[in-house]
Amino acid sequence: MAETRMELFVRPIFKRNPIALLVLGICSSLAVTGQMTTAFVMSVCVTLVVAFSSLIISIVRFQIPGSVRIGIQITVIATLVILVDQILKAYYFELSKQLSVYVGLIITNCIVMGRAEGYAMSNPPISSFIDGIGNGLGYGVILMAVAFVRELLGAGTLFGFEVLPLTSNGGWYVRNGLLVLPASAFFLIALLIWFLRSIDPDQQEKS
Amino acid sequence: MAEESAAKPFYSALILAFVCSLLVAGAAVGLRPRQEANRLQDQKKNILYAAGLYEEGRSVEELFTPIETRIVELATGRYMPEDQINPLSYKQLKAALTESAGHPLDSKVDIAGIRRLEKYSLVYLVKKDEQLIQIVLPVRGKGLWSTMYAYVAIDGDLSTVRGVSFYEHGETPGLGGEIENRRWEDGWQGKKLYTPDGEMALKVVKGKVSETGDQALYQIDGLSGATLTAKGVSNLLEFWFGDHGFKPYFTQLQKKDNPNG
Repeated sequence: MAETRMELFVRPIFKRNPIALLVLGICSSLAVTGQMTTAFVMSVCVTLVVAFSSLIISIVRFQIPGSVRIGIQITVIATLVILVDQILKAYYFELSKQLSVYVGLIITNCIVMGRAEGYAMSNPPISSFIDGIGNGLGYGVILMAVAFVRELLGAGTLFGFEVLPLTSNGGWYVRNGLLVLPASAFFLIALLIWFLRSIDPDQQEKS
Repeated sequence: MAEESAAKPFYSALILAFVCSLLVAGAAVGLRPRQEANRLQDQKKNILYAAGLYEEGRSVEELFTPIETRIVELATGRYMPEDQINPLSYKQLKAALTESAGHPLDSKVDIAGIRRLEKYSLVYLVKKDEQLIQIVLPVRGKGLWSTMYAYVAIDGDLSTVRGVSFYEHGETPGLGGEIENRRWEDGWQGKKLYTPDGEMALKVVKGKVSETGDQALYQIDGLSGATLTAKGVSNLLEFWFGDHGFKPYFTQLQKKDNPNG
């Protein structure tokens, strides 16, 4: 094994971030980054799903026939996502209402499928599990960063607590309406990618 | 990869599907009581919100205690005695599906698109010094994709809307899903259901309500990009506050208020 476990864990967070370098999982990062709370819960859910789907798929990887491997991966992922969704509904009802359809959409999050097919199918369980957690956290870091900017400047709050008093509530801060809209996440993610590739030129694509 | 027999993909997929379905079914059944409790709690919260009684940080149960839950026979508008149907355990939506407590709706009557109507409906009464100040009524109707469920709070005058709260729906998030938006829902406050002649008139319009128009009292702001959802909301109002909905109940209430009527 060329990479140590520590590298496996840390690399996907900055060096090979699933959103910033691989540009996967953009859909949900537009949808759930309006508030820090939803972004945080989404990050936790995705991390759990990636980690355990990679673990399970890696354990049974010699039993999976090549011809139906994508179907089997999706079934494993879908089962985990439904479990997460059911648990959220039972224990964190308010959050599950806010996340509504997006929890279900983790199934189609390319990061989960990408790690299952690209890593877990050809690596041992423990490494796959660590790789899954690393990628989930990498996704989470970007999500939280985008949500931080969007919630702070768009709604004047962080995790729902007022930081910048809005003019509509008698404060001085005029909210930025653009940042409330999902499309603003595109700009923020683009800026983040620019920033990451500037400090680490290895991430730049060769022209 | 070693040579695979033709049957292997089939049985490995079957085994996997079996294990996964066990897990999913187990979770769904095992967690159902908790989810059900959450849903009830959420409904109570929405009733409180529609009535404008919800306060952040106070327990829903505590806020809910002064609210009286009763059962009304929709066709006659009369209260049902509690020993016949217990309001605390009555499942209204399930009742609509049974033969004894529900009936199918004729497509001409069924403007809200609910197909079956129950005989009895829950109503939530908010009283102050024995005086009825608000009634919260459960309504539902078909939107674009889904059935939308809401509570509408009506003032003691039986026409003024005090608030509304949509609590379950499957409309497009950001477009039709904006029916959940508290700001839009707040726009319902003070609108009137009936004209002075007793015509049901309240509906959702296209675009913004012009404040100066003489119809402004009976109009609710439209939702941009959600024409069909808005139409569904208008339809459900028309149905539930018409003759097959709560109108007989309102008539009964008015009779009680006015001994000469």
